[in-house]
Amino acid sequence: MAENIGILFQWLVFLGMAFTSIVASLFLITRKNPIHSALLLVLNFLCVAVIYLLLQSQFIAVIQVIVYAGAIVMLVVFVIMLLDLEEELRSGLRLLYSKVFGVGLAGLFLVAIVYSVAASSLTGKRGPYTPDKLQANVKAVGEVLFTDYLFPFEIVSILIVAAIVGAVVLSKKKSR
Amino acid sequence: MLDLVWLIPLFPAIGFLINGLLGKRLGKGAVSVVGPSAIGLSFLTAVLIFFELIGRTPAERIFEKEIFAWVVSGSFKTVIGYQIDPLSMVMALVVTGVSFLIHIYSVGYMHDDPGFTRYFTYLNLFVFMMLNLVLANNFLLMFVGWEGVGLCSYLLIGFWYEKDSASNAGKKAFVVNRVGDFGFLLGIFLLFVHFGTLDFTDLFGALQKNPQMISVETATAITILLFVGACGKSAQLPLYVWLPDAMEGPTPVSSLIHAATMVTAGVYMVARCNVLYTLAPLSMAVVATVGVATAIFAASIGFCQNDIKKVLAYSTISQLGYMFVGVGVGAFSAGIFHLMTHAFFKGLLFLGAGSIMHALSGELDMRKMGGLRKKTPVTFWTFFFATLAIAGIPPFSGFFSKDEILWQAFSSPHGHFLLWLVGAVAAGMTAFYMFRAVFMTFWGECRADEEVKHHIHESPRIMTIPLTILMVLSIIGGWVGIPHVLGGGNHFHEFLAPVVGGAEPGKAHAGISLLAQAWASSGEGAGHSAALEILLMVVSVAIALIGIGIAYLFYVKRPELPARLAERRRGLYRLVLNKYYVDEIYQVLFVDSLKRLGTGLWRGFDEFVIDGTVNGIAYFLGWISSVLRRVQTGLVQNYAFSILAGGVVLAVYYLLRSLF
Amino acid sequence: MTIPEVPPVLYLVLSGILFTIGVIGALTRRNALVVFMCIELMLNAVNLTFITFSRFLQSLDGVLFAFFVMAVAAAEAAVGLAIFVLVYRSRGTINVDEVNLLKW
Repeated sequence: MAENIGILFQWLVFLGMAFTSIVASLFLITRKNPIHSALLLVLNFLCVAVIYLLLQSQFIAVIQVIVYAGAIVMLVVFVIMLLDLEEELRSGLRLLYSKVFGVGLAGLFLVAIVYSVAASSLTGKRGPYTPDKLQANVKAVGEVLFTDYLFPFEIVSILIVAAIVGAVVLSKKKSR
Repeated sequence: MLDLVWLIPLFPAIGFLINGLLGKRLGKGAVSVVGPSAIGLSFLTAVLIFFELIGRTPAERIFEKEIFAWVVSGSFKTVIGYQIDPLSMVMALVVTGVSFLIHIYSVGYMHDDPGFTRYFTYLNLFVFMMLNLVLANNFLLMFVGWEGVGLCSYLLIGFWYEKDSASNAGKKAFVVNRVGDFGFLLGIFLLFVHFGTLDFTDLFGALQKNPQMISVETATAITILLFVGACGKSAQLPLYVWLPDAMEGPTPVSSLIHAATMVTAGVYMVARCNVLYTLAPLSMAVVATVGVATAIFAASIGFCQNDIKKVLAYSTISQLGYMFVGVGVGAFSAGIFHLMTHAFFKGLLFLGAGSIMHALSGELDMRKMGGLRKKTPVTFWTFFFATLAIAGIPPFSGFFSKDEILWQAFSSPHGHFLLWLVGAVAAGMTAFYMFRAVFMTFWGECRADEEVKHHIHESPRIMTIPLTILMVLSIIGGWVGIPHVLGGGNHFHEFLAPVVGGAEPGKAHAGISLLAQAWASSGEGAGHSAALEILLMVVSVAIALIGIGIAYLFYVKRPELPARLAERRRGLYRLVLNKYYVDEIYQVLFVDSLKRLGTGLWRGFDEFVIDGTVNGIAYFLGWISSVLRRVQTGLVQNYAFSILAGGVVLAVYYLLRSLF
Repeated sequence: MTIPEVPPVLYLVLSGILFTIGVIGALTRRNALVVFMCIELMLNAVNLTFITFSRFLQSLDGVLFAFFVMAVAAAEAAVGLAIFVLVYRSRGTINVDEVNLLKW
């Protein structure tokens, strides 16, 4: 009985979060004001973070909030405020004739995804990390990160340094 | 000494190189020494070798010297090698001797010409090539010489290339020769296919041991093809048209190349291949018939020509016809004999014409000549004796050689009475038109312009000495071939017999022709008596004298007769004067139609199809790219769209694949 | 009777929908910043897929991949926004339709 309630709760949270994120993203692509879109993006990220929690990836959920919702969207908002955008660009979604094709194609893509996902069961080799092991999430992630995936980890750090340097160099004003 | 046979062609080659590369720098004096002396040395070597050859017995008079192996490919081997035997030595002596005299003459004749160095360069090259032709020991080297003399002929005919007529004549000579050479090449190919070798001694030796080696049809095909080449080179019907035009070249060139040496290459070739020809009686009949037809045809044209060099040109064609009659009836040595005497008197006649032109400041038209007898005596006497020789008056050289041919045409197993008859008539015509030329030029009143009349003078000694030497040769040259019936030993025939047949049994060597069995002794075939031979001789001399008499009548006694005759038979006169319109016929038949074919192919195929295809492909590619370039809109979202489209296609594909 | 857990199919369908919405936005909006945000949306959807599979296949490879995707997305954001600033400075506009010099 208790399990049922737990699972029911899970279902409720999932459906709520799913619905919210879909609505948020739909609004995101149709708002005129880019600030509105940025805020809706934050909402979307937060919903997805909750879903991560449902999937027992606490580590990733926290990282999502800190990096995505915290840093990236903040950057976007700063740039929106930095650039003085004219009125015209504040317009929303304009469905021009040619863009209908894009929408149609995306719809086709969605159909393909849904079908392929629904038609077959989840196959693949099962690894050792059962949900119990995933309780100590950060420890488990750390174990794998610093042994099997050490090299990509180092490379990514270099990548981030390059991005920092690149960003600084690119946005420097030309010295007189 | 025989070992040094390669020196004979070497000297002219060195002369060619020195004159060609250094001539301009060394100056006229040096060139005029280098040119003739190269030939002189060549002649000297030939004489020494000749005497050594005579020292041997007839059976041993053959020597081959290989210089180096030229083509060695599989089983095919050809060498650069020279062969010394009576036939090649006779030719070599004639070529080098007459060339030497003509070179000396040219030093005087071409003295004022700006192309002096170039002239001697080409002339030396020509002698080199001609010597390669006559001394070669295989068909391939002979063909090299064959082509080489054709080249030099072209270079020398078009010597004054600024003149359109000269360069056209050179081209005509080369192209018509080419037609003949094509036949020659096909003959060589057939020979190689059937024998596997092109070496003379190998080929003819094999053929003599086993005459059944090739069928009569094959032999006929080969010999006819080789004869086509001879027709081109030796100006027989129908490939003679280049020779009259070749008179555009300097007169000594006409003398050397188109009288004494190059044009005789065809006769030499037939004589060399006598083994093959005797296996194909049909070809021999063809050769003899073409020869006699050419002889009378050309002689008839000579009746009406007013240009003195053209008269001599047609006379050359006619006499070449005689030589082919000789070899065509199996009298190969008689043909070569006439070749030799003809070189003497025809060479002399051309040089004499050059001397006449020199005296008259370049005048060629006989109607504007006359009365030169007193004013240029040396020229007159040499020319006169040469004309007596060509007319066949005893005891000059032409009589013996021409008569030998006529007798063989009558009596040889391959001969025929008609051949003799036509030949005799042509002999009479020869006498007529040659003396017509003599009388028009040297007798009567001088019809030249006043300006020219004042400058008439005898030629310098450097020109008259060769004339005199050739005159002596024209007189005594025939005495080496006095036939048995007249008490002579017919030494010429005996000398050549090991190569061309007709020797007494026991004197022959391996290279003897098949006629050795067919012949009884020289001159007396199948039961014809000596009396018949003497009768025919008397008849031919009589015909010649009649011809001379008519010419005297027409051009000295009653000069108005020719004009009246021309009036009465105007159509016939015009036909003969225009050389029977043969050049015009060829122009329409061959030249124009080929030109039209070429133009049609050019426009229709080359321009339309090939250019159209290539340009069309380029245009098509341009069109495609102008259509495809619109994909590059520069808009990022378009590109994103195409990426998505690709992804969707892949996804749908895999999906459908797993479905079905 | 136990209610079944949330099946992985639903998570994947959600991820697909979010991705499609992101695609539509990226193809149709003219403001470069909004396009950028839609790209982040797409990346996010893919992360969700990875995490889903990682959870249901009981491995951590998907988690780590999502981790690296986030790191790269951050770097991309930094550099990309700097480029937007530059483009604005040189052209005065951030309309993606205006930046079309690389055409035929």
